[in-house]
Amino acid sequence: MGIRVQVGTFEPGRELDALHAANAGVGAVVGFVGYVRDFNEGREVGGMFLEHYPGMTEKALAKIADEAARRWPLLRVEVLHRIGRLEPGEPIVFVGTASAHRQAAFDACAFIMDYLKIRAPFWKKEDTGEGPRWVEGRDSDQEAARRW
Amino acid sequence: MIHVQYFARYRETLGVDSERLAWEEGFARLDDLRRHLLARGGDWAVLGERNLMCARNQELCGLDEPLADGDEVAFFPTVTGG
Repeated sequence: MGIRVQVGTFEPGRELDALHAANAGVGAVVGFVGYVRDFNEGREVGGMFLEHYPGMTEKALAKIADEAARRWPLLRVEVLHRIGRLEPGEPIVFVGTASAHRQAAFDACAFIMDYLKIRAPFWKKEDTGEGPRWVEGRDSDQEAARRW
Repeated sequence: MIHVQYFARYRETLGVDSERLAWEEGFARLDDLRRHLLARGGDWAVLGERNLMCARNQELCGLDEPLADGDEVAFFPTVTGG
C-alpha cells in the first residue's frame, strides 16, 4: 500500500502501469484520476490552492486504504494526492487498486474515492474571475459514501 | 495544555492557524472547548457553523468526543479534496 501527499505532478499512465509491475497474480487494475477543471459552480477557474492538515492527511488516507484492503481482496493500493498550487488540466488525485479479478478492484477504487472526498483533510481554494473562493462541501459527496 | 488548530476558511476568518490553551477541567468534551471559543464572540461564531468538522489527535471525531490534557484538536469546514 502506498500513500503519497506531494506538491509535484505525476503521470497517471506510469502510476497505472506500476500497479501491475512485479506481480503476475494481478489480473485487474483500476485507476481513478481527478483533474482540475477550468469551470466550477458557474465561474471560470484559473487555478487553485490545495490546503491540507500535515500529519493527519497521511493517516486519514492510510486508514481509508486499510479499510478497502480489509473489505476486498486487493493485491495493491496506491493513493496519491497533490497539495499546493494547481492549474486547470493538472491531475490532483490518483487512486489505483489491483486485484486478481475486476470487481474487487472496481469497488475498492470507488470506495476509496468516496471516502477520501468526505474524510481526508484537504480544502480547495479556487481562483475565479471574481477573486479567490473556498470550495464548499457537497451533500452529494456524503450521499455517495453512504452506499458502502 | 490543548493544542488547537484551524484550517482553510476558518483559519482565514479567525486570522490564526493554531494556539495553545491551558487545560481546564471544563473541557470534558470537544464541544465544551468549542463553546469556550465561541464565547469569544465576533468571528469566532464561525465555529458554530452546521458543517463544522473536527478532529482529536489527527482523527476525525464528533463534538461529543472526550478530551484530555495534551490533546491536539482541530476545527475545519467540510473537506473538499479529490
